[in-house]
Amino acid sequence: MTAAPALMSFEEALERFDPVMGLEVHVELNTVTKMFCGCPTEFGAEPNTQVCPTCLGLPGAMPVVNEKGVESAIRIGLALNCSIAPWCRFARKNYFYPDMPKNFQTSQYDEPIAFDGWTEVEVEGETFRVEIERAHMEEDTGKSLHVGTSGRIHGADYSLVDYNRAGIPLIEIVTKPIVGTGDKAPLVAKAYVAHLRELLLGLGVSDVRMEQGSLRCDVNLSLKPAGEERFGTRTETKNVNSLRSVERAVRYEIGRQSARLADGQSIVQETRHWHEDTGITTSGREKSDAEDYRYFPEPDLVPIAPDEAWVEELRATLPEPPREHRARLQKEWGFSDLEMRDTVGAGALLLVEQTVAAGATPATARKWWLSDMARRANERGVDLADLEVSPADVARVQALVDEGKINDKLARQVFDGVLAGEGTPDEVVAARGLAVVSDEGALSEAVDRAIAANPEVADKIRDGKVAAAGALIGAVMKEMRGQADAARVRELILEKLS
Amino acid sequence: MPDITREEVAHLADLARIDLSDAELDHLAPQLAVILDSIKSISEVAADDIPPTSHPMPLTNVFREDVRRPGLTAEEALAGAPEVQQQRFAVPRILGEE
Amino acid sequence: MSDLVRRTASELADALSAGETTSVELTEAYLDRIAAVDGDVHAFLQVDAEGALAQAGASDERRAAGRAAGPLDGVPVAVKDVLTTKGLPTTCGSRILEGWVPPYDATAVTRLREAGLPILGKTNMDEFAMGSSTEHSAYGPTRNPWDLDRIPGGSGGGSAAAVAAFEAPLAIGTDTGGSIRQPGAVTGTVGVKPTYGGVSRYGLVALANSLDQAGPVTRTILDSALLHEVIGGHDPLDSTSIDQPVPPLVEAARRGAAGDMKGLRVGVVKELTGEGYQPGVQTRFDESVQLLVDAGAEVVEVSCPNFVHALAAYYLILPSEASSNLAKFDAMRYGLRVYPEGVEDPNAEEVMRATRDAGFGDEVKRRIILGTYALSSGYYDAYYGQAQKVRTLISRDFAAAFESADVLVSPTAPTTAFKLGEKLDDPVAMYLNDIATIPANLAGVPGLSLPSGLADEDGLPTGFQILAPAMADDRLYLVGAALEAALLDRWGAPLLDKAPALAGEARKEAVR
Repeated sequence: MTAAPALMSFEEALERFDPVMGLEVHVELNTVTKMFCGCPTEFGAEPNTQVCPTCLGLPGAMPVVNEKGVESAIRIGLALNCSIAPWCRFARKNYFYPDMPKNFQTSQYDEPIAFDGWTEVEVEGETFRVEIERAHMEEDTGKSLHVGTSGRIHGADYSLVDYNRAGIPLIEIVTKPIVGTGDKAPLVAKAYVAHLRELLLGLGVSDVRMEQGSLRCDVNLSLKPAGEERFGTRTETKNVNSLRSVERAVRYEIGRQSARLADGQSIVQETRHWHEDTGITTSGREKSDAEDYRYFPEPDLVPIAPDEAWVEELRATLPEPPREHRARLQKEWGFSDLEMRDTVGAGALLLVEQTVAAGATPATARKWWLSDMARRANERGVDLADLEVSPADVARVQALVDEGKINDKLARQVFDGVLAGEGTPDEVVAARGLAVVSDEGALSEAVDRAIAANPEVADKIRDGKVAAAGALIGAVMKEMRGQADAARVRELILEKLS
Repeated sequence: MPDITREEVAHLADLARIDLSDAELDHLAPQLAVILDSIKSISEVAADDIPPTSHPMPLTNVFREDVRRPGLTAEEALAGAPEVQQQRFAVPRILGEE
Repeated sequence: MSDLVRRTASELADALSAGETTSVELTEAYLDRIAAVDGDVHAFLQVDAEGALAQAGASDERRAAGRAAGPLDGVPVAVKDVLTTKGLPTTCGSRILEGWVPPYDATAVTRLREAGLPILGKTNMDEFAMGSSTEHSAYGPTRNPWDLDRIPGGSGGGSAAAVAAFEAPLAIGTDTGGSIRQPGAVTGTVGVKPTYGGVSRYGLVALANSLDQAGPVTRTILDSALLHEVIGGHDPLDSTSIDQPVPPLVEAARRGAAGDMKGLRVGVVKELTGEGYQPGVQTRFDESVQLLVDAGAEVVEVSCPNFVHALAAYYLILPSEASSNLAKFDAMRYGLRVYPEGVEDPNAEEVMRATRDAGFGDEVKRRIILGTYALSSGYYDAYYGQAQKVRTLISRDFAAAFESADVLVSPTAPTTAFKLGEKLDDPVAMYLNDIATIPANLAGVPGLSLPSGLADEDGLPTGFQILAPAMADDRLYLVGAALEAALLDRWGAPLLDKAPALAGEARKEAVR
């Protein structure tokens, strides 16, 4: 591989160019069965055990549309303020690939079920309106396992294909070109995807786990000279598997493309691949203009014509729109504007909500997620939502602190244990012996020992210099390996030395 | 209407993933040209306001409920496979990403 | 030849009911017949003697217990090799599926099994149903029992020949542009294409999804009605199947046999007769129309001006859909896998290409390329898009015609059976065989062909086509039965009695 290309600095790039972005997000629906057949969609089954003639593409098999899939598509469209097509069809997208059982994908082409919508995302206090081009229904492909020297396709000797995933319903959501974001482009992209996740979770149509592939994002980016009208050539970047990656990939492509343009080179219209480990994109195939998908209406399926009654029935099932939702939560929680903004900005809104629902106060929930958890996520290079600590865990840990069973410092160790896979908070406390010692006797003895070992300090305290108790508290805590309630220790010291 | 050239046929065979030999290309191209010639009148027949028919019967909204149906066992699914490994379809190496 | 095999299916059903014969006896008789003559006719690609006899035995047991599964329980049937049969190889007449054993039954096949019909085997066909002569089968042609040097029609030549040669009393065929009706015409048998959506396509390996239909292939109208009622009806596995009960076809056939056609308006389609039709075919057709008039019908001439574009529309729509349908045959999951010669460590693409080149025949390749072309960006509007519009015009022509006529009629095919090899090098000449049958598939209306006699010039069978409005399949049987009765009356005996004895039959007789 050639060396990574030179990049222009972000600041300079944004002085000279306006970024234009297009985001394509694929959502795997959480329906019980596949889009066109009655096979289960459960994750993690033995290979090729969730297949039938239809999703395997056997000769003679035929698709039948999953009503729940259509319902979810309409609800997603409505949540994105789209118009719902009164009549639309499925279409075949024809191309060959071994993970595609029919060598065409049943999708929608020029008749998406939802179109012309919008949504709003907030970045650092500023609201950006993102126009939605369309949301349409399609099916997922099978999965290949590459057997060869590297884990990836290049250099593989052969591949093993599992069709369990083939036919699982996907909704593809495509934005219109996102302009006018300026230097906030990377954050807007990230905020948009985070916002979509929230909406989709609120609708209950998907578990939107980016690292598991139930939410996938392709980032399209082009640059145009600042102030000009005409869009530049765009690239499409795939393999963007987390919110962090979305932001980083946008930032990187801006740097890469601007360096090329400034150097008089053109941008190749192509598909690129994001590498999270090295933080760069590399060239993939030439983009789809070269690929002729030969779309035509799927003849084995009949048109979908949702009537107004059905659409309105589904509209009534939509959860509160995001803006109203946030306003209500802010009021309920008593957060300031800045606190709310920080929560949203950290991608912690839903997490805080869920933690509160699990019993914690909003303030403590916010405290944990925005400080300790955010730091841990950062260290691991993952999104906050992908941290292997659940809102229930956080609420439980806070409850243990409230009960006096552990203190803040021990709480951090409990989280260490949970993240290391040692079990639930309670299990970690037990296994690691992290409970605060509540045995007064033991505590009292420890205090006595500290007093005996530090006679000068003890004298000072007797003399009234209460502040000196700190050193003794420290000694006790050290002996107790932090497993003591510092406040109680102080009380005991002062009692004994008064 | 453009006549279909040998190069075009080769390109189409490429899109259709069929490895046509030179002999086949030589044989096919003129036959296709003749066929296309006989059907090219089609492009002038229908006025713009005629809607296309993709289905002879005007059915809409045919759905199934989101309920499981029995499928195939892995054995049945893999029975016809040219090659099987680890309960998966073994296929020759795949080029390209995605 | 055993007298049993010459009987009609309904006669056999009666005989079974009356205890005069058993399903095992019947099945054995047909298996014997197949053994005697199929070496010459080559109607069958696969004969499942063991399976058929087991199914026959089960049928006899049911009947003995008073639990016959239906009117045709125990009457054997042959199935065109384009429908999947669990446990029985299904090749679609192609090398690319040589030896492929489906893990599931087509719905039509399931219905046959549930109705108790023992399945004798799978019949020969043009590869992936592309053809009008069965010469494009990768396994060798089927020969017309009337003259073994001639084609039996296509793509369902195997089913028609099997029935014509008394190798089966019933068969299932499929019809995309005439593949049931045209073989029926050239072999002197009855063939019916139901209304589109009338019979489930689940398990019918798709050629052109918006045109394909499975239907009965038999020797009499009543037999077709009985078989049609077994396989027809809604299937939740086929989104395009009609969600309404099958109309009373058997009842219509019986009523029609009484012969009273008073009040019936018969429309002769101007564009489907005359020039391009062999004189003998035309003569027999005109006579049959007259017979209907004699039975009380009124004849009107109708014009369907857009029918002249039907062939063009068809040969754009079919290849387009087929090119996409056949993409699944790529050596990855089932079927043939061929490695390209002289390539070390070939990749998946290379194996796909080599396999498809080796596994598909010429006609299939032609149509795949044509279809790929018609769907290409830049060409879609002019070709596929336009063809779909012409389809609308054709449907409108039918609708208009059915305002002034209850049924439309024409000769089924423009010629009698031509010689093997005669049209192989001229694809367009081959396509013209379907000129009268194609419009029905484009509009989705049902059509039936029954024998209208032998052409004077060559003594070969000709067919009479009846078309009805969508969902009015019963009308086909009503009118077909009336004409059949009148013709039988004129001939004094069934037309197939005139078919020459087959060598194998003679050989067998000699051996006895």
